[in-house]
Amino acid sequence: MNQSNGPSLLLRGLRKTYADVVAVDGLDLEVARGECFGLLGPNGAGKTTTIEICEGLTEPDSGTVELLGLNWRTGANELRQRIGIQLQETQFPDKLTVEETIRLFRSFFHKGISVEESIKTAQLEEKRTSRVGGLSGGQKQRLAMACALVGDPEMLFLDEPTTGLDPQARRHLWDLVDELKQAGRTIILTTHYMDEAERLCDRVAIMDHGKIIALGTPPQLIASIGGEHIVEFAVTSHGTEENQIDTAPLISIQGIQSHRVDAGLHQLSVSELHTAVPLIFAALRAQGLHLSEFRTHSATLEDVFVGLTGRNLRDE
Amino acid sequence: MSNGPTSNLETSSLFQLTAVRFKLFLREPEAIFWTFVFPILLAVGLGLAFRNRPADVLQVAATTPQLTQKLASDKGLTASTMNEADGTHALATGSALLLAIQNPDGSVSYKYDDTNPDARTARLIADRAIQTASGQHDAVRADNQLVHEKGARYIDFVVPGLLGMNLMGPAIWGLGFAIVEARQKKLLKRLVASPMPKWQYLASFLLSRLIMLVIEVVVFLGFAGLAFGVPFRGSLWQLGFLCILISLSFSALGLLTASRAKTMEAASGLMNLVMLPMWILSGVFFSASRFPAIIQPFVRALPLTAAIDALRGNMLQGTSLSQMLSQITILLAWLVIPFAISLKIFRWR
Repeated sequence: MNQSNGPSLLLRGLRKTYADVVAVDGLDLEVARGECFGLLGPNGAGKTTTIEICEGLTEPDSGTVELLGLNWRTGANELRQRIGIQLQETQFPDKLTVEETIRLFRSFFHKGISVEESIKTAQLEEKRTSRVGGLSGGQKQRLAMACALVGDPEMLFLDEPTTGLDPQARRHLWDLVDELKQAGRTIILTTHYMDEAERLCDRVAIMDHGKIIALGTPPQLIASIGGEHIVEFAVTSHGTEENQIDTAPLISIQGIQSHRVDAGLHQLSVSELHTAVPLIFAALRAQGLHLSEFRTHSATLEDVFVGLTGRNLRDE
Repeated sequence: MSNGPTSNLETSSLFQLTAVRFKLFLREPEAIFWTFVFPILLAVGLGLAFRNRPADVLQVAATTPQLTQKLASDKGLTASTMNEADGTHALATGSALLLAIQNPDGSVSYKYDDTNPDARTARLIADRAIQTASGQHDAVRADNQLVHEKGARYIDFVVPGLLGMNLMGPAIWGLGFAIVEARQKKLLKRLVASPMPKWQYLASFLLSRLIMLVIEVVVFLGFAGLAFGVPFRGSLWQLGFLCILISLSFSALGLLTASRAKTMEAASGLMNLVMLPMWILSGVFFSASRFPAIIQPFVRALPLTAAIDALRGNMLQGTSLSQMLSQITILLAWLVIPFAISLKIFRWR
């Protein structure tokens, strides 16, 4: 069997239950070689459980996992050599230096890149002799990346790599992930930042309650809600706080795909902004309503999630 | 796998893991204090407290000057005169061990606490002094030959006890805290997610422990030998073997206490629960045979009791290993059983 042609990752009917919570509920997934794949979803959606099942750290209740044509039951030792892992919230010993920590991890792998190369890739040259306890959050996260990379893995798992980092450190880490993509590695990452998924991932699976509710490239997913633009507005009617509007005239406008209300804010997804907006104004005026707020933005994966679940990504 | 690990130390994971353990230990100043300095301070303190002094002179009191004079005629006593009320008060506050009361009919009463060994000694000396001064003669002539032999002093007794205690503490604490901390910080989980062979992680603790052991034992026993002249009557190789066996047994116990605990609080509670009975019962500071016969089987089965018995046997009596098979069996059982259990129940995350 030629392993190099099959998918990097193949999940079939994956299920995992903790006590009374179904963390992963019948997941099927296929990730191609060299792809950067994102699992996007709110906290508690089952992303970490899914990625830890893939990493061989959690045993699924049922279903099959195949990585690089191998499985955890029979190929664990080989798989551990061929994948790189960065876990959520690992704390390396404070009193070791950056270099010592990477050297320790390097010693676990039969082959891989040199400690120096790994320090260079993670841009930690200036910190090589610093103790881990003195690193910033972003530097610690880059150290975790260096430890994941040191075995020159074919496949890389990153669990929420930028959670808790400041914007500059996040962009820094994104650049690092970009470089790793260029090198042709398969990357699987979880995140609850939609901008991160849009920026880094070739394909994204949106997860909610242990299920994949949407799967595709970021542009495909955004297109699936029907409009590339989102119009948000709030209205007041004359003299009263009454907010009731007849939505039928709005929905019938050419180019408007859907309407929903979130915390008093009306949201429309719109494909042709320039023709739709004057018609929206006219329809509201006809009902005697006054706009108190009005804004538009390009649709994001967040809007896809909201459109699919009626909830915001960071509600929970 | 076609390309196995090279023999180079740099790329040997067991070497790297052990080196990391060693570095982490040396970068923890408190650990160095408790492991290396504290045992020596304790030995110095005990050595000063129990140093060999001339036999104590016992403080006694009497109700009449005549009686006081008779008591003072013995070199082992210093006597003062006080009335019965003051004398009773002196007994209660410990400034006198015994009060001799002159009764109107010429007889003498001794007031003292018979549970206090010093007071019982004072009673014997005081009575002899009064009887002799009143004209009693010894029926049999007797004289004394005094010996102050090395190996029979308290410091000789307590050094092997402290050594046993020092082999226990760092093994259990060192392993326990480091493992639980790594579990709490999810480092254990990260390590099992790597290709690291799991047994090497546990073995690195034992190896670094054994390296430290050499330093600890040599420093502590060297100090005890030079400063107090504590004897080493048994074979030093056998003493070294005993130290290694004892340290491994306690490391296994440390591993067991750390195998599931998720927080430092839970782990330190568990460690104290394991060690406290041994601190009290295992005869570090006094002989374990003082405990009632009914709990002796339990006391004897504790690893620290076996350890200290074996160390005292080697150092003080020159006993060879073949004569302490029961202690060695107990220590081996404490090595194998906890290690096997902890390998089974160890929680990596």
